[in-house]
Amino acid sequence: MLSQQYCLEARECKPALFWTLMGAGGLVLLGTLYAFFTLEHHGHVLTGMDNQIVWGLPHVFAVFLIVAASGVLNVASIGSVFGKRLYKARAPLSGLLAIAMLAGGLAVLVLDLGRPERLIVAMTHYNFKSIFALNMIFYTGFFAIVGLYLITLMDRSLNPWSKPMGMLAFLWRIALTTATGSIFGFIVARAGFNSALYAPLFVIYSFAYGLAVFIVVQSVMYKWNEIQVDPRILARLKNLLAIFVAASLYFTAVLHLTNLYYAKQWEFERFILLEGGIYPLLFWGGQVFLGGILPLILIFSPISRHPATVFLAALLVVLGGHFQMYVTIIGGQAFPLDLFPGYAESSTFYDGVVHPYTPTIWELLLGLGGIAIAFLITTAAVRVLRFMPQDDLKELELELKPH
Amino acid sequence: MSDLQQKPVNEERRTLLKAGAVATGTALAPGVLLFGAAQARAPEEPASDKVRWGMIIDVNKCADGCNDCVTACNEENGLSGATGPQDSQWIRKLNIRHLKTGVETSLPMLCVHCEHPPCVDVCPTGASMKRADGIVLVDRHICIGCRYCMMACPYKARSFVHEPLTDQNPEVPRGKGCVESCTFCVQKVDRGENTTACVEACNAAGHKAMIFGDMNDPTSEIAQILKTQKTTEIRADLGLNTGVRYQGI
Repeated sequence: MLSQQYCLEARECKPALFWTLMGAGGLVLLGTLYAFFTLEHHGHVLTGMDNQIVWGLPHVFAVFLIVAASGVLNVASIGSVFGKRLYKARAPLSGLLAIAMLAGGLAVLVLDLGRPERLIVAMTHYNFKSIFALNMIFYTGFFAIVGLYLITLMDRSLNPWSKPMGMLAFLWRIALTTATGSIFGFIVARAGFNSALYAPLFVIYSFAYGLAVFIVVQSVMYKWNEIQVDPRILARLKNLLAIFVAASLYFTAVLHLTNLYYAKQWEFERFILLEGGIYPLLFWGGQVFLGGILPLILIFSPISRHPATVFLAALLVVLGGHFQMYVTIIGGQAFPLDLFPGYAESSTFYDGVVHPYTPTIWELLLGLGGIAIAFLITTAAVRVLRFMPQDDLKELELELKPH
Repeated sequence: MSDLQQKPVNEERRTLLKAGAVATGTALAPGVLLFGAAQARAPEEPASDKVRWGMIIDVNKCADGCNDCVTACNEENGLSGATGPQDSQWIRKLNIRHLKTGVETSLPMLCVHCEHPPCVDVCPTGASMKRADGIVLVDRHICIGCRYCMMACPYKARSFVHEPLTDQNPEVPRGKGCVESCTFCVQKVDRGENTTACVEACNAAGHKAMIFGDMNDPTSEIAQILKTQKTTEIRADLGLNTGVRYQGI
């Protein structure tokens, strides 16, 4: 009975489903905490990470969540900044997902630290030349700005403030993703990184991943609440997703074509695109095909008007995003540093050899914890506040007319 | 002129000048004395930027198969000497073979103590830092173990402590969850020994392939070599102005 008091409308009240979802998310989170304390006790010796692959599977999940968190806010930005009603109705859910996913992503990064109990040190000691330190400011600022933005969206008396707050949130999220991409762009020593392209690349990835996550979450919410979405609304969202996915493929192509022009980058490109074992497979099969080409085919196919097709396309983009992060983060480290160009190198410290990496269950549990945290925050918030996107079709008529 | 000579001496003025001279001398003397003392720094004094510690490694003198520098480093700094992917290695012997000519060379590789270290630039908390005398260190009190410095180091010089440690050298504190690398045996430098374990071992083996010293002291052996002979920085293209230079590459 208690749970029923918390739901907004009778038809949305499915206490059994709600508590099942919270229980499932909580179980995953328990597993994450178990992994965290185990690693805290024994050290990272239990993980597949080592002195060669220093960032592993937890970082794949964490960076995906952080990038997608900034991207999912785009839905709100299009509503508030550009005044589109279709997106305005979705702004609260977009803001909520942004906060939930950023919280999940950051939690994974913190749980993976060698000294997580020193989080307070990271909050009080800043080296402002470090893009990592600047990111901490961007992340905390993001929570504050998006939080205030959500209040202006949901409190009618503060509604007039939603446009300037939406604009601020939009600019802030662009800066945040630029800084996140620059974590890799500023690594001067490694062939796989060290490119200014990483900033715009991550911004465009965030557009695609964020919208894809939004479509997945909205589809599930509508399904569970037995709400039929207007096919024209779905068409708008899927077309926008197609543009973002195509732009992501374009930027990825530019990054690799640029590298192919530099003789010193040929070895790395040969590794990541052709001969690097798992990485070319994940790049072409995972990132490009499953996460790019197949969603585009689905979106533009005759069956794309069916909500399930759009849902599947969005889910594939999310999956492809994880493959992309794996190729970018781990593939970039697996390729050895070239200290002496023109020489073959060998040592007891694994110089000159491709570094193998096999993640362990502990890393997977840490990574899944980020998704669990985002899931729990979203599920609980949707239960108690009005985040469900609801369209006034009469008002939307004008906007939905074909251009 | 004679009029001037016969003028009575102004005693007051002389007293003032004398007092001024004494006061100036009193004010300057400690500074001059301290400057002298800075050449042989007392342990409690901070590192001075007048010094820049550096190393020159002559790869022609480095014996193939000799591992004495590595062993000495492990002993001095309390490293296990294990060489698994998760074990710390502060110095390693690197074998390089020219891809066209096939010429093989063996050389020790360690933290090169850059003037502009990428590890220091990227560290979010400032734990990765460069001392005034050019030694690049990790402050074990504020390292959070994020490993961004390991991503950023072009020389693969850093290691992460993957498991709990016991029986450490009290002079070289290390700990699980922190990043570490060669310190130029900072404990020996601060004791005034002005040498490193690897250099001592190399000399003891009779190879004399490694020279450690103050690159800013014109009378030091290292400064003389830098001035008169060709030395090479690894990844000089990055413009990091390394403290470790090589000869014979």
